[in-house]
Amino acid sequence: MMEMIVDGLSWLLLAGGGFFVLVGGVGVIRMPDLYTRIHAASVTETLGTMLILIGLMLHSGWELATFKLLAILVFLLFTGPVSSYALGNTALLGGLKPELGSQDPSKEGRDL
Amino acid sequence: MIALIGLVTLTLVAVAAIATVMATNLFVASMWFGIFSLLMASNFFILDAADVALTEAAVGAGVSTVLFMGALALTGEKEAIRSRVSWFPMAVLGVLALALFVATFQQPMLGDPMAPVHQHVAPWYLEQTPNLINIPNVVTAILASFRGYDTLGEVIVIFTAGIGVLSVLSFKPKRRQTISSEALAAKVRGVQHHSILRVVGKLVIPLLMLFALVVQFHGKYTPGGGFSAGALFAAAVMLYGILEGADRSAKAMPEKVMLRLAAFGATLYTSVGLVCMLLGGAFLDYNVLWPDPVVGQYFGILLVEFGVGLTVTTVLVMIFNAFANRPTY
Repeated sequence: MMEMIVDGLSWLLLAGGGFFVLVGGVGVIRMPDLYTRIHAASVTETLGTMLILIGLMLHSGWELATFKLLAILVFLLFTGPVSSYALGNTALLGGLKPELGSQDPSKEGRDL
Repeated sequence: MIALIGLVTLTLVAVAAIATVMATNLFVASMWFGIFSLLMASNFFILDAADVALTEAAVGAGVSTVLFMGALALTGEKEAIRSRVSWFPMAVLGVLALALFVATFQQPMLGDPMAPVHQHVAPWYLEQTPNLINIPNVVTAILASFRGYDTLGEVIVIFTAGIGVLSVLSFKPKRRQTISSEALAAKVRGVQHHSILRVVGKLVIPLLMLFALVVQFHGKYTPGGGFSAGALFAAAVMLYGILEGADRSAKAMPEKVMLRLAAFGATLYTSVGLVCMLLGGAFLDYNVLWPDPVVGQYFGILLVEFGVGLTVTTVLVMIFNAFANRPTY
């Protein structure tokens, strides 16, 4: 019984992680400029990988692999957001302006 | 399933290779090159070559991307435009590619036990490693002991490459430099307040060094060894240099010391071989280092791998420092 619950939970987390990775991928393609794309990509690298890794941890049980996955998770939680920050910060310092929503009605509805 | 994953990664490798060639912005091209290396690393992993994958990920995707950035900072990021298409090299490449395609059909299938590569000396290595050396990682046994000559050659090649790069980069033109590298680094530090990056860097750098040490000294049991450990250690130093300014990393690892350590690593490898000869064995025959030949092999591999790690680390750090600290003219 317990095993079935853990298996179901791990399946659910893996599927959820896969979904968020997919959403992140779609976002990277669809978003209009670098900053919004970073926002989409960071969904992949935090929420997506987190759910997948926790799902894998549940799947593997109390093994050495679980602690390795935990170490990877902690490492990714530290480095992922920071690398997104570094990318955005460098782009801003390099002079790339964020694309702001335009108040001009004539430009509305243009192809993003 | 694994074949499907391999197919996807190999296709992505081809895409990354074409994108690298097509990119006219050199910055973009070097980023594509890093992606290419990472994909190759995952391919190696699919082929169960974990040691090679580790080295490829550390050197190809990590260290060499940083070195490319360093080189681009000294030159420009736009490719020189070439309007003329040179047909002769194109034709040569086309013929070569065709020959390689034809040759692919003659190759044995992946994992075919009857393939010549699995029939030659590989079975002997697999059979004899537990008796002669008694370590689980056969790759380390082959690399450091059975084929120690080749590895010695590789270490010497790395050492020579480091000397070559340093002698090219330390060439100073007659013109007076506009800004010294120390002044430039101090100026950049004044502009950028990368508190987040520096804090996380302080967390990551010790862990990276610890991991490098594990890879170095645990390489007999798990994937790893001197080459990948050296690259990882150098990556930690480079991260420090990127975050804190290259003048500080050059101060932490002064070139004089690095140069001597690089020479020491290569010398250590060679002298282990010479000591074996003095003790009555052949060159790099570790059996004679200890009364029990298996223990002798253990010490021989340990020392040799340490020499490899030392040379790789110091050469990579020296090349990084030479790029990053070259004054702007």
